[in-house]
Amino acid sequence: MIGYLARRLLATVPVLAVVAVFVFLLLRITPGDPAAILAGDAANAEQIAAIRRNLGLDEPLPVQFGIWLGQLARGDLGESYYFKVKVTTLIGQRLEPTFALAALTITLAVLVAVPLGVLAAWRFGGWLDRALMAFSVLGFSLPVFVLAYLLIWLLSLKLGVLPVQGYRRLADGFWPFLQHLLLPALTLSVIYVALIARVTRASVLEALGEDYIRTARAKGLGELRVLVRHALANAAVPIVTVIGIGIALLIGGVVVTESVYAIPGLGRLTVDAVLSRDFPTIQGVILFFSAVYVLVNLLVDLSYVLFDPRIRY
Amino acid sequence: MDAPGLRRYESLSVEPASVRAAESAWQRARRNVSVRIGAAVLGALVLVALAAPWLGTVDPTLFDAASRDLVPGKTGTIVTLDGETLEHRFLFGSDSYGRDIYSRVLYGTRVSLFVGAVTALLALAFGTVAGLAAGYLRWLDGLVMRVMDGIMAIPAILIAIALVAMWRASLLTVIVAIAIPEIPRVARLVRSLVLTIREEPYVEAAIALGTPTWKIMFAHILPNTIAPLLVQGTFICASAILVEAILSFLGVGLPPDIPTWGNIMAEGRVQFTKHPHNVFIPGVFLTITVLAVNMLGDGLRDTLDPRMARRL
Repeated sequence: MIGYLARRLLATVPVLAVVAVFVFLLLRITPGDPAAILAGDAANAEQIAAIRRNLGLDEPLPVQFGIWLGQLARGDLGESYYFKVKVTTLIGQRLEPTFALAALTITLAVLVAVPLGVLAAWRFGGWLDRALMAFSVLGFSLPVFVLAYLLIWLLSLKLGVLPVQGYRRLADGFWPFLQHLLLPALTLSVIYVALIARVTRASVLEALGEDYIRTARAKGLGELRVLVRHALANAAVPIVTVIGIGIALLIGGVVVTESVYAIPGLGRLTVDAVLSRDFPTIQGVILFFSAVYVLVNLLVDLSYVLFDPRIRY
Repeated sequence: MDAPGLRRYESLSVEPASVRAAESAWQRARRNVSVRIGAAVLGALVLVALAAPWLGTVDPTLFDAASRDLVPGKTGTIVTLDGETLEHRFLFGSDSYGRDIYSRVLYGTRVSLFVGAVTALLALAFGTVAGLAAGYLRWLDGLVMRVMDGIMAIPAILIAIALVAMWRASLLTVIVAIAIPEIPRVARLVRSLVLTIREEPYVEAAIALGTPTWKIMFAHILPNTIAPLLVQGTFICASAILVEAILSFLGVGLPPDIPTWGNIMAEGRVQFTKHPHNVFIPGVFLTITVLAVNMLGDGLRDTLDPRMARRL
């Protein structure tokens, strides 16, 4: 296990290195003076010169990369030119809403998608199965912001059950917090439900064809126990894997959803940073999101042990 | 599998085996319901895009302060570029500048379809070259695939947003920015196909005959990757149309005066509570387009690429 963990951690190094190079080059391959771009449109010559000195922009590219990597290793992502604070501080401030939104979305999606997928596989070819497959194609095709406005229109404007937009901190009370988060999480979970339900269905369907299912039925187990304890348990690994891969989808969705619902999280920060051409923040957010994606998938890999005792590292 | 014929042989039947020409995968694809619906809707959209000037539209950039925020079906005026004032029926209403949403939505079809198709072609071309190289030239494999893994670790929308922000948005930069994060997925697919195909007897035979490597790659291996690539291409097309709309909607994509569905929605969201149709009409067009492309892709995958179909 320790050996595997070490190897698996080591394998993330080249991935993160490519991400770092990409984020580094993002600014350097852009036509124009990176110092002037970084400084923003309002900067004077002195500020631009200071940035150039600070980042070593007169040095050759590999040296610049070394300097940049050194700062990165010390956890220094630079300072936002728009918000005038350290990028790390900025990310820290915007973490709570995004984390809460993502957590609620994943919870909702798993609670809906896994039972749906199991039932569809159980009654393969039945109406639920066909409805689920049709829904999943629609779920992949429905743009998240179109769905967002559809739900706002229906649930907030017509029925008035949920607030239109905004965000309440958890510290302001649990109910207002949940109330404001429910609509965005619902919006975001649709594509996730489509993805997870489809994989659950396929993977349970495969498990249901195995001999141990017939054995379980033959010894008189109830259908529910056969489905959950035998079929689902053996189908867990692909399901967990797709939840991990889906994080990329979720991050993309967060950027859009937070903009529509005016949630002051990392997704909104990304868009604001791009609109104000605040490059240290753009770089920081990309690094952060990519690191989260790599980390989540590492945890997913490690979690296989929990779901499948045959897997040993 | 011709199981019935086989069983007959085993039971030593004297009846002649019924010989039926095997239906090719392409014929099966053409009969697939999903393919038919997807292709029909897409065909209609292509016609709309091409015929946009003759479908009762006006120049989508024209505006008239007197015709702001009209509800669908209302007649108002619109000022042409020559300064003439025309009587015009606003089928889908007008936006807060007094532009005709019907014209903008119809012209927006051009942008979406163009971006979808060109992005798919671009990503397929670069991904195929990278995948062929990685799969066939072993010394390149490690390097190319590590780079691809790294790019895949960055969420696609973030790459697109960041690149567009760097380059300033134009049709070209938007397409390139959307295509780049799609390249690794194509490269991975092509590489895995190459690794399977290169073990086939006909490739071994070609090698034994002294066929040059480039010829094996392009004449023997590449043709066998076409069906899965076509399937992958449709999915890239669908996602590119979505991402372009998202970029425009967030205000980081094509400039707001260019009629794209995302731009129309971004303009309409300001007064969504009063005029939801400004958001919903382009939204419906966008959804139907992406749905049609996805249905086409699903149908093609089920019929052309059964190995992949079984996995999902």
